[in-house]
Amino acid sequence: MTTAFVPLDTAAVAAGADAVAAAVADNGTEIVRNGSRGMCWAEPTMEIEYAGTRLAFGNVAAPDVPSIFQQHEQHAKCLGEVSEIDYLQRQTRAVFDRAGTSHPLELPKTTVLEECLERDPESLIAEIETSGLRGRGGAGFPAHIKWRTVFDTPGEQKYIVCNADEGDSGTFADRILMEGDPYRLIEGMTLAGLATGATKGYVYLRSEYPIAAGIFQAALDDAYAENLLGTDILGSGKAFDLELFIGAGAYICGEETSLLESLEGKRGEIRVKPPVPAISGLFGAPTLVHNVISFAAVPAIMGNGGAWYADLGVGRSTGTMAFQLAGNVQRGGLIEVPFGITIDEIVNGFGGGSRSGRPIRTIQIGGPLGAYLKPEEFDTPLTYEAIAELGAGIGHGGIVVFDDTVDLARQAHYAFEFCEVESCGKCTPCRLGSVRGKETMSGIIDGRDVEQKLTIIEDLCEVMETASLCQMGGMTPIPVLSAIKRFPEDFRR
Amino acid sequence: MAEIESKSDATAGEIARQHRDRVGGVLIALREIVGRFGYVSRTQEHDVADVFNLSRAEVRGIVSFYHDLKTKPQPSVRVRVCQAEACQSVGARELTKRVESHLGVKLGEMTDAVSLDAVYCLGLCAQAPSMMVNGRPLARADLCDLAEQIPA
Repeated sequence: MTTAFVPLDTAAVAAGADAVAAAVADNGTEIVRNGSRGMCWAEPTMEIEYAGTRLAFGNVAAPDVPSIFQQHEQHAKCLGEVSEIDYLQRQTRAVFDRAGTSHPLELPKTTVLEECLERDPESLIAEIETSGLRGRGGAGFPAHIKWRTVFDTPGEQKYIVCNADEGDSGTFADRILMEGDPYRLIEGMTLAGLATGATKGYVYLRSEYPIAAGIFQAALDDAYAENLLGTDILGSGKAFDLELFIGAGAYICGEETSLLESLEGKRGEIRVKPPVPAISGLFGAPTLVHNVISFAAVPAIMGNGGAWYADLGVGRSTGTMAFQLAGNVQRGGLIEVPFGITIDEIVNGFGGGSRSGRPIRTIQIGGPLGAYLKPEEFDTPLTYEAIAELGAGIGHGGIVVFDDTVDLARQAHYAFEFCEVESCGKCTPCRLGSVRGKETMSGIIDGRDVEQKLTIIEDLCEVMETASLCQMGGMTPIPVLSAIKRFPEDFRR
Repeated sequence: MAEIESKSDATAGEIARQHRDRVGGVLIALREIVGRFGYVSRTQEHDVADVFNLSRAEVRGIVSFYHDLKTKPQPSVRVRVCQAEACQSVGARELTKRVESHLGVKLGEMTDAVSLDAVYCLGLCAQAPSMMVNGRPLARADLCDLAEQIPA
């Protein structure tokens, strides 16, 4: 009896997986549409399971399907036994261990929620504190402080809000998780609700991810049917309701206060902090806001213990990080490893160098508001602290590779342009600074009064960094200044 | 009379009323109106404002904030090409030019038949450059036959 697996996730479908699935069906083989394992470079992948072995195939096209069933491991597109694929074997999957193994709506066999329903909030929060988990959305703020604040702040109705507005270029971990293992997120948010006393949750998902929306909504419906959500979770008498909310196209809604405004149905303009959302969030109530991966780490922490999680990683960068390797690289995809791995091991080890075959000139780490680094810095270990020393941030874990054809002046221009397009407009440094920055950078690219304009850029960046209300304006200077500092020759032609 | 005519298709006001008591109901209603009609008209903005007891200016403010909330009728072919960094690193700018000349419109422009918009990240960054045709994501769009992927 042979079973074939063809992913239904966006990365696979966008590369033609539906045609592969149709060819498998034509062949009369039983098919499971699984999530993605994160080997995006090999999508569409296909796996066949027979006689206790599970073989993987990469970059499959529909016409390959009949020969795959005949030739098995002899087939040119065979990647080998799934458990022996180097790209996966070298990873430590605490969050993504189930992603890609089965249909995303197959209920996982886990007893973590059941066990936690009997624990008191204090012990759950203590577990998070022991784990050292820090927010995976970008800021890296210690999670337990937020949890405890929401728990301690009085309020009739408290909320759990998941930020799935994954707008950073070069990131797709939230999407892969929601499409491959949606129950993990549901479970993580439910556990957060039990710990903080919040009985209502929302997942704010960007509209650019329609496939994720469909899968996650189906998982929510199933979770209600299975009594994993609702007013009496697994007969415990404890309640947690969860709803999916789709955004309407605005990068800024990934900023937590802007997201809350949007969730309230308003313009996604950011709020002035303080008060922080943990004290006054959704409708002014205590609200725990975390990124998808932060919540998704919770079941593993509760199941294996905070100490187990803290043992992974280095120093205050505990646990695993889902790095996302993208851009001009041979093997881009999702790489979940403990903190402490070097940039080089990700970019060249996992990634296999540039896709174009040309020398790598720079990477941008941490999304559109992240720094451009030089290959000389690739021996830096990926920890919050070591990356901060470079004047950069890990952000949501995105690493975008560029070869030597990149023009950093153009990238700096783009950083301002992106800020101009996506600024919410509430504060002047961001709303106007982005426009003036773009104009000034155009002048530099044209070679007009370059030195004078570079001084203006520096002044402007200082204003944006110190006077913007949120990180959109506050961090736009990072890609700009890191590019000028490391690649001055691109600005003075 | 208008109510009788639109019996088969919910009006903006009816859509708004369905979501009146939901968290973020205004945005849910506006999204659904765009999904149904392709855009939000001025009249529909007023209908939504009435249902949610908001000023017309407030609803206009919401509509103008979000990229997805269109205010003009949309053509039947809608193409979005990713302009973000990961796609830039492997030829998004060249792809954009190719799509522009294939469709005969510039990025950000639209005709009665087709629209071409920028999008900032479709989450296909490891298979860049990417684009979206009528909501369908396409990876490695640089290798795609545009005539095959984009309906004429």
